[in-house]
Amino acid sequence: MTSQSRYHSTRFFTPSTWVLLLLLIIGAGAALYRLGAGLGPATNLSDGNPWGLWITFDVLTGVALAAGGFTITCAVYILNWKKYKPITRAATLTAFLGYLLVMIGLFLDIGKPWSFWHAWVFWQPHSVMFEIVVCLTLYFLVLLLEFLPWLLTKFSSLSKLQRILESKAVIFPLVIAGIMLSYGHQSSLGGLFLITPDRLHPLWSTPMLHNLFFLSAICAGLAMVSIETMLSSNAFGKEPESDILEGLGRGTAIALLVYTAARMIDLGVRGNIPYIFEGSGASQLFLFEFGICAVLPMIFLAAKTIRTSLPSLLFFQGLVLIGVVFYRFNVVLSSQQQMGGTYFPSLVEIAVTVGLVAGGVFLYRLAVTYLPIFAPAEHSK
Amino acid sequence: MAKGVLVDITKCIGCRSCQIACKAWHNHEAGYEGLNGTYTMPNQLSADTYTRISFVEGERNNQPTWSFVKNQCLHCQEPACASACPVGALQKTKEGPVIYDQWKCIGCRYCMIACPFHIPKYEWDTLNPWVQKCNFCADRVDAGMEPACIKACPMNVMYFDDYEKVVQEAKNRIANHPGKYINHIYGLNEAGGTSWIYISDRPFQELGFDTQVVKASYPSFTWASLSKIPWKAVGFAAALSAIAVFRNRGSRKEDV
Repeated sequence: MTSQSRYHSTRFFTPSTWVLLLLLIIGAGAALYRLGAGLGPATNLSDGNPWGLWITFDVLTGVALAAGGFTITCAVYILNWKKYKPITRAATLTAFLGYLLVMIGLFLDIGKPWSFWHAWVFWQPHSVMFEIVVCLTLYFLVLLLEFLPWLLTKFSSLSKLQRILESKAVIFPLVIAGIMLSYGHQSSLGGLFLITPDRLHPLWSTPMLHNLFFLSAICAGLAMVSIETMLSSNAFGKEPESDILEGLGRGTAIALLVYTAARMIDLGVRGNIPYIFEGSGASQLFLFEFGICAVLPMIFLAAKTIRTSLPSLLFFQGLVLIGVVFYRFNVVLSSQQQMGGTYFPSLVEIAVTVGLVAGGVFLYRLAVTYLPIFAPAEHSK
Repeated sequence: MAKGVLVDITKCIGCRSCQIACKAWHNHEAGYEGLNGTYTMPNQLSADTYTRISFVEGERNNQPTWSFVKNQCLHCQEPACASACPVGALQKTKEGPVIYDQWKCIGCRYCMIACPFHIPKYEWDTLNPWVQKCNFCADRVDAGMEPACIKACPMNVMYFDDYEKVVQEAKNRIANHPGKYINHIYGLNEAGGTSWIYISDRPFQELGFDTQVVKASYPSFTWASLSKIPWKAVGFAAALSAIAVFRNRGSRKEDV
């Protein structure tokens, strides 16, 4: 153990940490109940609604929110935008923890958790789900290798391995593989619903769904990294890195521009624009998800005064996150229309999801306290 | 030789012998369900109900009329469920049935989402849940027998034979009885064609059939995106490497 065992002097166990721990324990209890009692008693899933909160939030949304990992490493290593280097580790950590939670969520959701390894053995390359499982696990491996060196700082005897993992010869292939794998599964999570063209509402049904999922994931990833940078500056009493936040806001605005333009062109080409104003529940959901949570933040984040004011930045980046969450929910729920089910998550489902989020925040806090995540340059020497 | 079945809805009298025979052959419990306001019983297909007759009221020449529609898996020629399954637990056999391997299945339930006819059902209340659906009595068909429901039917509602003969028979019946059948063989083109096909005297829409089902192979929708991913990945890797080399030139000595 090096002399630098802590990287933040703030107390680790504050009241909010205890709340997180409590939620984590409740969630773990709920997860154990699901494993012991089965999906039927633990969830409100049914033949009319086979996919619920866990697939929609823990897996689909979780993966989108963790997209900051590959986006920021792409900016720093591939595009050589050094400005964002101070947040690379935090973004990668978020992605690593995000995927850890996604894997746990997926493990609990599948009916036979003990057979999760089958997808690696029984190849079925015509299945979108197979592609997702393979890319997801490989990308998790990439993130693990990116995360490992910081953990190894705790074991001085392994410093040689740490140096190898941090060398350019390792980092660059990892980053490139990470971007490829992210494209593969981020888009395929939308690709899952290409097979239900007649069930999705026209506002969401498109042969371009996989590309729209990828583009919206980049928006979500950038928004997530911004919010996390703001919140952790606050929590650890650091000065907010306003230059980085301003740049991230600009990045989010550009990503939103590409995403909203692609979606509007797709709706226009397919003649589905009238559905936006038909006044139905679907059109209202669309107006909220797309108008208020994508177009609006795009317009406001284009203004520098908004990007340099922390409260408004937090508000609009928050809207972007909410919009992507709604996008995922809208697609999954509308893919199950006409299957005859009504669904609201059970307490066990909610407890597991809340527990996973709490666990993620708890582990994040643990990692930034004891590992060189923030401003690594100051500590590594 | 691939087998097929023609269901002639006009012949069914709603005796439900097929339901009983199916339960008996597959050792399924006879569940209890109270009155549900219709004669259709049970109300839904489920993990232990592979088939059922749905009773559909209607009107013809100002007279009330009944139609009795047999529901079960249609055994698509190119099944969405089989293409969706990440582990190949669902497979189309060359004899016609779409069968399920419960040992391979991981329980992701994507087959249930993917099926355009909402056929696969799940055993929600067990700790080792399987996907369940009509398997075309693949065991009986392999042994040269007809499926249990067809064996039990007193009205010859279903015609079981080689798929080509079944399609020809459907066309013949429509051609030979002008005015009796509507000119639509459900399943001939729906979802790219199914092994079980239907003919009817009433529009299929009225009988609870989904007529919005796309007349194309469902696996092709996902394959259009999936098949391009390896090429895109290679292209991405090449482009990213080139950009990385270009953008990072001259910064070799710096720490990463």
